[in-house]
Amino acid sequence: MLDSAILGIRWIGKTVLFPVRILGRVGLFLATAIFWTFVPPLKVERLIRQINFIGAKSVTIVALTGAFTGMVLTLESYYALERFGADALLGPAVALSMIRELGPVISAFMITARAGSALTAEIGIMRITEQIDALEMMGLNPFRYLIVPNLLAGIISFPLLASLFNVVGIYGGYVVGVKLLGVSSGTFFGEMPQYIDLTEILHGLYKSTTFGLVVTWICCYFGYTTGYGAEGVSKATTRAVVASCVLILVCDYVITSLLF
Amino acid sequence: MIQVIDLHSTLGKQKVLDGVTLKVETGEVLALIGKSGVGKSVLLKHVVALMKGEKGKVLIDGEDITTAKGRKLEELRSRIGFLFQGGALFDSLTLFDNIAFPLREKTKMDEQKIREKVLYELEQVGLKGMEHKFPAELSGGMRKRAALARCMVTAPEIMLFDEPTTGLDPITAHSINDLIKRTHERVCFTGIVVSHEIPDIFFLVDKVAMLHEGKIVAFGTPLEIMRSSHPVVRQFITGGRREMEDVFEPIIEKLEEEFRAKGKCTQEKKDEKV
Repeated sequence: MLDSAILGIRWIGKTVLFPVRILGRVGLFLATAIFWTFVPPLKVERLIRQINFIGAKSVTIVALTGAFTGMVLTLESYYALERFGADALLGPAVALSMIRELGPVISAFMITARAGSALTAEIGIMRITEQIDALEMMGLNPFRYLIVPNLLAGIISFPLLASLFNVVGIYGGYVVGVKLLGVSSGTFFGEMPQYIDLTEILHGLYKSTTFGLVVTWICCYFGYTTGYGAEGVSKATTRAVVASCVLILVCDYVITSLLF
Repeated sequence: MIQVIDLHSTLGKQKVLDGVTLKVETGEVLALIGKSGVGKSVLLKHVVALMKGEKGKVLIDGEDITTAKGRKLEELRSRIGFLFQGGALFDSLTLFDNIAFPLREKTKMDEQKIREKVLYELEQVGLKGMEHKFPAELSGGMRKRAALARCMVTAPEIMLFDEPTTGLDPITAHSINDLIKRTHERVCFTGIVVSHEIPDIFFLVDKVAMLHEGKIVAFGTPLEIMRSSHPVVRQFITGGRREMEDVFEPIIEKLEEEFRAKGKCTQEKKDEKV
């Protein structure tokens, strides 16, 4: 009886301590990365390379998904608004949804799928092939060389890509709304300034900047702490993508509830 | 000089190092032998503080690397070159950039001087003309030689080799061993080589230590190890085959010859270094 009680307490302890330990490690990882961000010199060349990798190379996929998201959103919104005779609000509805919500979130998902997974795999492979150890052996800090440029590249690239997603999405909405459904061009764009101001745009940018930090932080963490072999890297990559996507939605809710 | 004193280390629940103590004198090369998975690479990583044990010290010329932090640790590591099992070359950089990397990052050397040094090291390891290739375009032996060039470009006083010939054919393995031997003759580093190449490795080193169940069970010159009656050592060096005992005598004779010749050279170099 006493033994099973002790086992039970031990199980509860383990169950509670495990996530606390993981959170502690993930938190320390970010704290170390932030510390090294402010210790010069910044590896500018590597930062530009990572902006190219995370940002520039994601332009096509973000634009493509942005266009189709805007188009389908316009289509759905039009049928809903038409029932209430409010199809004049089609433009603002599409733009607001894109700028406040869909732009930052869907673009973050797409960048996670394209660049986040590759980031984890790249750092993970560097870990298992001892390239990170080699850096340390040269007296070079892996955070400065690998993690900080990725974090900064994420913070810079995500808002830019979210903005691109919004612009292309709204234009996609315009094509469907104006060219296919027959809403007048003036109605589509004319109402927008009344409903969208700088605050809305800034809120969207706050979100995507936060997502940029969270995704690169999580993807770098899982790559850096990957297990042994190809299996370790594949597991780390899967975990990084899943955790990033979940955290994007969690952060989205928290930021939305704080800002709006 | 490298001194490992009563080093204990556990990986997960497994005790890997259980009070390891050994010493490598300045200018000497030590072969660390033992079964696969016994903890040889782990010991090597403790020597450079890439792993930390629960107890014990590792002294590099009298300075404890296990407690060193920040700039002190960087300074100690900058005196050590580490040849990793797979070479650990950076995939995204060409051979030239890989070898130039530590010079560009850790020195204020101008690009012309860096170029000269890199090309010299590439020539030393027989990779002249390959500087524009990426690691993925090289064979296993070439990658190891390139990694050796990257280690040597900063002229470290201490060199650690983690299974430099594993996975290579006998000819390439011999060429790598020969390269390490020539490099030692050229710069007279203090070194540790983790290897399974027996008896080839005995012709390369001054001392041999055998790691077994977390402890050093045998330590001595290659000749002493070849003549050792310790059952674990005998089983390891013969591979558990009785017929191997018969071929040992000519090897021992060759080792004696080798050491008579090598002793003088090493002593001179050591004196220069000390």
